[in-house]
Amino acid sequence: MKSAGEDTQRGPVLEASGVTMRFGGLTAVDGVDFTVGEREIVGLIGPNGAGKTTFFNCLTGMYVPTAGRVTYRGTPLSGKPHLVTKTGIARTFQNIRLFPNMTALENVKVGRHCRTTVGALSALVRGPKYRREERETEARARELLDFVGLADTSDGLARNLSYGDQRRLEIARALASDPGLLLLDEPTAGMNPQETQQTKDLVFKIRERGLAVVVIEHDMRFIFTLCDRVAVLVQGRKLTEGSPGEVQRDERVIAAYIGTPAGSEQS
Amino acid sequence: MSGGANTPLRRLVEKGRASTATARTATLLGAASSLASTFLAWSYGSAFPGDLTIYGYPGGAQVHVLVLAAVAIALLLIEVSPLRRVVTPGGVGGTVRVLASGVFLITAFTVLAIGVELGGLINVEWGGWVALVAAAVFAVAARLLPADRPAVWSYRLPDWVEFLVIAVVLGLALAAFVQALAIPEWEIFLCYLVALGAALAAAWRLGLAAWISAVGARHRGVTVTAAFVVAAAFPFTQGSDNHWLNVMVNVGIFATTAIGLNIVVGLAGLLDLGYVAFLGVGAYVGALLSGAAASSIGWNPPFAVTVVIGAVVTAIVGVIIGTPTLRVRGDYLAIVTLGFGEIFRITVNNLDGSTGPQVTNGPNGIPGIPDLVFLGVDFGQSHTIFGMNLGYFANYFFLELVLIAFVILVFSRMNNSRLGRAWLAIREDEVAAQAAGINTFRLKLLAFALGATLAGMAGTIQAHAISSITPDSYQFLNSAFLVAAVVLGGMGTVTGAMLGSVVLLLLPEKFRFFQDNKLLIFGLTLVLMMRFRPEGMIANKRRQAEFHEEEISERLGREAQAEGAR
Ligand SMILES: Nc1ncnc2c1ncn2[C@@H]1O[C@H](COP(=O)(O)OP(=O)(O)OP(=O)(O)O)[C@@H](O)[C@H]1O
Ligand SMILES: [Mg+2]
Repeated sequence: MKSAGEDTQRGPVLEASGVTMRFGGLTAVDGVDFTVGEREIVGLIGPNGAGKTTFFNCLTGMYVPTAGRVTYRGTPLSGKPHLVTKTGIARTFQNIRLFPNMTALENVKVGRHCRTTVGALSALVRGPKYRREERETEARARELLDFVGLADTSDGLARNLSYGDQRRLEIARALASDPGLLLLDEPTAGMNPQETQQTKDLVFKIRERGLAVVVIEHDMRFIFTLCDRVAVLVQGRKLTEGSPGEVQRDERVIAAYIGTPAGSEQS
Repeated sequence: MSGGANTPLRRLVEKGRASTATARTATLLGAASSLASTFLAWSYGSAFPGDLTIYGYPGGAQVHVLVLAAVAIALLLIEVSPLRRVVTPGGVGGTVRVLASGVFLITAFTVLAIGVELGGLINVEWGGWVALVAAAVFAVAARLLPADRPAVWSYRLPDWVEFLVIAVVLGLALAAFVQALAIPEWEIFLCYLVALGAALAAAWRLGLAAWISAVGARHRGVTVTAAFVVAAAFPFTQGSDNHWLNVMVNVGIFATTAIGLNIVVGLAGLLDLGYVAFLGVGAYVGALLSGAAASSIGWNPPFAVTVVIGAVVTAIVGVIIGTPTLRVRGDYLAIVTLGFGEIFRITVNNLDGSTGPQVTNGPNGIPGIPDLVFLGVDFGQSHTIFGMNLGYFANYFFLELVLIAFVILVFSRMNNSRLGRAWLAIREDEVAAQAAGINTFRLKLLAFALGATLAGMAGTIQAHAISSITPDSYQFLNSAFLVAAVVLGGMGTVTGAMLGSVVLLLLPEKFRFFQDNKLLIFGLTLVLMMRFRPEGMIANKRRQAEFHEEEISERLGREAQAEGAR
């Protein structure tokens, strides 16, 4: 199967319009429009509880939005996470969700699952097709581990990796599904400045592979030096969107983070 | 922590060295007198199993004491000889301790049992008391031996020698097994188990067992083949006697089913408490197509066709049951599958012509299922192979062996494929697995149906082997036993499921007490297992890591500390 990152003729990579997510009385995401173009790195920022992660969950089929429409390269997305991944959107999680008792290599191999087709019978008989596919999976997984800089930890259990390495492994696993769009939820949380810098370089390298990336992050310096465009989410609504420079200067953004004089938004 | 030169620490070390020598001598003496005591008479009455009234000729449990003590003496002598570096690089403290505990347990049990069974300790002859004292000295002195370090035997021998090792070990295992079956008295059997346990534990402590399993892992193919050859040799140890062959056929069917269940529980992580229903579906297919007089279907296809039909029908039933049930997770899944398992039994009970169509004869079941005729072989006849006349259950035994080989193949190939990885991923983190692109529902259904199919195949054989089936053979309790076998043996390992089956089915054959208190004992065992060895007897490496992370890291920490102190 060819990479989902290659057919570029059908408009923006991601187009979300009017995405709304309600939990009972709480509207966590409220009519958000969001577009990501080819090879774009877009930042998504906002105070705690603004609905950033919930928005990601709506995009990836973890939640079925209460209202709104999401398309990937013109294809409407279904509400099943594995189908969304197969369509071409991969993600990482705010609280790292690796398979802790599998090796780093196995973690990445699992990411290849939706791009491989061997079934039970073929796995039992182990014909040439099976062996070719397994070889390809292995090669791809090793290539990706190398890409994120984990080549020499491939046989260690995921849970024994350092925190920064776990985050990178999660990215490698996401990349294994050959996505056209990568969603990163706070990829530098808990990292030291050096690791943060490495992560930034990694995101640029990912873009060079032809992917578009959306990054949620609280580290403003990281966001403003990384992204082509930044969207600000406050209390589920998109407050503003623009180049890093524009967003940085926006009074409303500063107010949202520091709190308005009325101080009404903190619960 | 180096300590000053002439400090009390130094004196303590000196004293320690002196007491080590004393402990070694005392242990040696204890072991030697234990060994010697087996040549005495322990009992005045000859009614006690093994007849322990004879001087100069060890019998019954005395033999076990003799062997364990002899091994301990040999090890103690080796430790003070140049061979030390090769055989006992880590010291023998722990190993001898285990052996001594075995000797003491067996001696104490035997003396006590003589007292109880022959009506009072008055029946214990002085030799028995000598043995008890000797064993006590042995056990206590062994406790004073310096602790040993975990030993690593990392010897790499020429391939043909290692093949020989595998063959010898497996041959010994068969011999030990056959001998265990041949012991009629439960007292001696119990002592035999204790001795075997002590010997195995000692082998672990010494590093021998780890080395053997490393050799086995190095030559996996050879080991598996040899294991099957050894298993196939079992009927030849029984001759025309059908009793244990019959038991082992049942064990085989149970084990096949348990391995199938292990795909569902151990690999995919789905606790299925109604699994025995699939064995039942297979058995009913086998019975209905067997041409039995009581069968409501007249058609009697060749057995190969029956097996395929059984597999297909159970697969379909598996999908039908799995589709609604697999939408729930964890405990709920266990409860729902339990419900569906019971639905099978009740349905079969009701398809008796009065409350529903007549298909299964209801509670009466299907009796008189004829023996298999497969590939022109009549399974009801005894055959002569290699000049030996084997009981007719040997036929079923061999067929069962072929099925087990197939099931193991399915298990391991699935496990080591993209599907096995996906199952493991689902077990680890279902949400992350979905996000990684795995259709979790479909994969769970696959595991469920695959497990069902294998059980169904086993069922078609079972119907012929037990010749009469009733719905009650497939009640919830049997599902619980299957799960118990998997959990006891080790989730996610083939050997574990097999070992669990053997233990669960053979022990009740040997101990009346077991037979009568099956549930109590299994319950207790499971509770103890969960407390002390949750990963099961034969652990899947990964599960071991899951359960013992802290202990392992603690141990590593302690070792690192010791390194630092040195
Ligand atoms: N499954 C859920 N059920 C109910 N409320 C939820 C659920 N998921 C999120 N919420 C609520 O939605 C709001 C947005 O949460 P979300 O996790 O999306 O915030 P966030 O922007 O990612 O914050 P942070 O920066 O702390 O990660 C919060 O008030 C949260 O409590
Ligand atoms: Mg969040």
